[in-house]
Amino acid sequence: MSQEHSQSIESANTHHADDAHDHKPQGFSRWFYTTNHKDIGTLYLLFALLMLFTGGSMAMVIRAELFQPGLQFVDPHFFNQMTTVHGLVMVFGAIMPTFVGLANWMVPMMIGAPDMALPRMNNWSFWLLPCAFTILLSTLFMEGGAPAAGWTFYAPLSTTYSNDSTAFFVFAVHLMGISSIMGAMNIIVTIFNLRAPGMTWMKLPLFVWTWIITAFLLIAVMPVLAGVVTMVLTDKYFGTSFFNAAGGGDPVMFQHIFWFFGHPEVYIMILPAFGIISSIVPAFARKPLFGYESMVIATASIAFLSFIVWAHHMFTTGMPVAAELFFMYTTMLIAVPTGVKVFNWVATMWRGAMTFETPMMFAIAFIVLFTIGGLSGLMLAITPADFQYQDTYFVVAHFHYVLVTGALFGIIAGVYFWIPKWTGVMYSERLGQCHFWCSLISVNMLFFPMHFVGLAGMPRRIPDYALQFADMNAFISIGGFLFGLSQLLFVWVVFRCIRRKGEKATAQVWEGAEGLEWQVPSPAPYHTFQTPPEIKSGH
Amino acid sequence: MKRYWLLLNNKCNWIFILLVWSAGAIANAPAGSAYNMTRGATELSHKVYNLHMVIFYICCVIGAIVFGLMFWSIIHHRKAKGATPAQFHGSLKIEILWTAIPVLILIAMAIPASKTLIAMEDASKADMTILVTGSQWKWHYKYMEYPIEFYSLLSTPRDQIENNAAKDDLYLRDVDKPLVLPTGKKIRFLVTADDVIHSWWVPDFAIKKDANPGFINETWAKIENPGIYRGQCAELCGKDHGFMPIVVDVKTPEAFDQWVAEQIAEQEKAKAAEAARGLMTKEELMELGKTIYDTRCAVCHQSGGEGLPGAFPALKGSVIATKDKPAHIHMVLFGKPATAMQAFGKQLTAAELAAVITYERNAWGNDTGDLVQISEINAALSAGE
Repeated sequence: MSQEHSQSIESANTHHADDAHDHKPQGFSRWFYTTNHKDIGTLYLLFALLMLFTGGSMAMVIRAELFQPGLQFVDPHFFNQMTTVHGLVMVFGAIMPTFVGLANWMVPMMIGAPDMALPRMNNWSFWLLPCAFTILLSTLFMEGGAPAAGWTFYAPLSTTYSNDSTAFFVFAVHLMGISSIMGAMNIIVTIFNLRAPGMTWMKLPLFVWTWIITAFLLIAVMPVLAGVVTMVLTDKYFGTSFFNAAGGGDPVMFQHIFWFFGHPEVYIMILPAFGIISSIVPAFARKPLFGYESMVIATASIAFLSFIVWAHHMFTTGMPVAAELFFMYTTMLIAVPTGVKVFNWVATMWRGAMTFETPMMFAIAFIVLFTIGGLSGLMLAITPADFQYQDTYFVVAHFHYVLVTGALFGIIAGVYFWIPKWTGVMYSERLGQCHFWCSLISVNMLFFPMHFVGLAGMPRRIPDYALQFADMNAFISIGGFLFGLSQLLFVWVVFRCIRRKGEKATAQVWEGAEGLEWQVPSPAPYHTFQTPPEIKSGH
Repeated sequence: MKRYWLLLNNKCNWIFILLVWSAGAIANAPAGSAYNMTRGATELSHKVYNLHMVIFYICCVIGAIVFGLMFWSIIHHRKAKGATPAQFHGSLKIEILWTAIPVLILIAMAIPASKTLIAMEDASKADMTILVTGSQWKWHYKYMEYPIEFYSLLSTPRDQIENNAAKDDLYLRDVDKPLVLPTGKKIRFLVTADDVIHSWWVPDFAIKKDANPGFINETWAKIENPGIYRGQCAELCGKDHGFMPIVVDVKTPEAFDQWVAEQIAEQEKAKAAEAARGLMTKEELMELGKTIYDTRCAVCHQSGGEGLPGAFPALKGSVIATKDKPAHIHMVLFGKPATAMQAFGKQLTAAELAAVITYERNAWGNDTGDLVQISEINAALSAGE
């Protein structure tokens, strides 16, 4: 597959090869040795698309098993492997690499830089990912199967009571972590050093701002994840007792360390999406973003708060009541900066002159559905009520609203927004709208009823359930299958663009779009801004 | 006035009013609804339910206002209607306003939530105490004031789970022996685990407390009315996490006292009967052994003794189940530390242990011909680990 479109991109590039510096090897070695930020961005995006469908097919297995009560297709042990690997693949394989891919493509163009600051490291940080996921996914074919302790791999289920896939899992997570840290360092160094003259901090597009904050979060918490998986490894294989009470350890300490990584991780997966939406809404409202400064401050506040709320994932573990109160208050506070962002987007639309092309449709859906996820998050912050919500489908509904209709819809909006710039052709608006409406309806069939089954008492991570949940689960599964199928439309739209089928795009692409990336031709030449552009005043 | 009329005249706003109304209708459905949290059976569970409903309505109102404004804008401020974009891009006043209002709403929510939380975490001055212990995949209840303790296991037959029989109304929600509690007493639960982390969840008591191996958590309930209350494990605890329900049978204090007396008498009788029991025949051992094996052992080692490669070892044709009999007895009685193999010596009676070991040594082609008798089990138990 990658061979095929690599050829088509090459052939397209020869048409635009008016740039004398455009020397690159052909075929496999072009992609394997590339240090070009656009090539690496493309690799990240295609890899993430592959992982989206890998994780998605596991979700289909889960929904098929849950279509009816009773065990139909898979045994409970394999079901647990599916929920675990689905989570790991979606978080580390689909959402995070897509954002790095978008950063690779867009950040240098948005700040007027010729490339990323550390291009060779950029190449390595991508190529570690296929290695990491080959290792992780290979465990599915081993005796005893893949990790089955949930993507949160709580000890001692993941240590004493796990099978030998743990070692592969730990090594895979280390590789993903190294990749993420290098990606984040690269983005920070690029933004700090390679901004075009006149591109001052408060002129940076919000996508760049959200990414620089995300990059600092990554550098802060990925080592914590590396630490906790290493402790899991030594507990299992080298006789340590970090999480084993019999040896003086504490299984709840695992959760503290994990969620100290895990909560900032949640924001790592949503902040760049905030940046994308903040680019799209003003473009289609033909009106400047409302409250740019407050958007920057809100993003930074969310990032700061993300470090002091982790134990809200652990209200039922038996913390002292003072700790429960502290984490309840800090968690509720997150609603304030998040609310500011939503209000700013609505105020940006207010009295604009809106049009509703596919990127805008996904952006509007993002604002509504992410807000629903945010509001259920506010409910989850109320500790006494959280005792009832914890580990039920209410939580599953909540985090899928923020991660699927939040992060993923933000990504899809961004792809529709920028793909004309990447490929030089407009995507098919008819297919795009069709993809949007199919996704919108099916995703709500899939996740909205989960709120209700969760409130009615259905726990998460179970392969079989009591009869009163049967009708809802059948409905949810149908929504799931439809949502899965709808994404095939997305692949079709994307590959039509890659094969240059569609109207030729102008440099400006969108009437209301502003920023340096819209001043270079479409498709963007292999090398851009080798002489720094001039920055006009204003954002 | 005209503006308000327009607000109602707008199709989209009607949809939102309808949505909020239907959300309320769902929420107010009778107790035990398939769509909402239970009101529960304790004073605290009522408070938790009320907190849940208040925050839910607040969220609905916020959603209706924000989305209402947004859709108003989407309908009226579109280029197709000839709108020309305004150029404002900020207002300090309005930014302060929409930071301050949420803060006030949050403070209003935090006060009742804090009060309820502090009450929930105060397990002092309890009338009685139950030690709840989770293990893969069953619950164990020990009454600290009475000489009563027992395991509580899922009672749904495998046939129903594997779709070979029709599922009954209590599919996956019933156990062989429920926890029995009295009404009107403050009952303290001490929650812990033997192996991995479990979580003891009874929605009607608004209790969900993690059972952490090596640590003891506490929580409490004062139940208002007699009845059967059902819950299940809420923390992923391995393969059969979905198959460890909780059933609490709440009786009046008089009925509870009577139940305690009956339990103690029954235990004495069973002990005497087992002591009086002599040698068991092979048929007796194999029959009882199969029942015990299917309920206790088959979840891991599988009903054909084939195990799950890489996760749970096979017994069929294995060295331990065909050769070394004392090692086999020792393994079943004392388990294998740091694995899922539990010590069944304290979970089963001597007759049941003898029967299940005999069964494992003679079923599925393990035709050793060995019989294990109660006396051997008792000897091994008194010899200790």
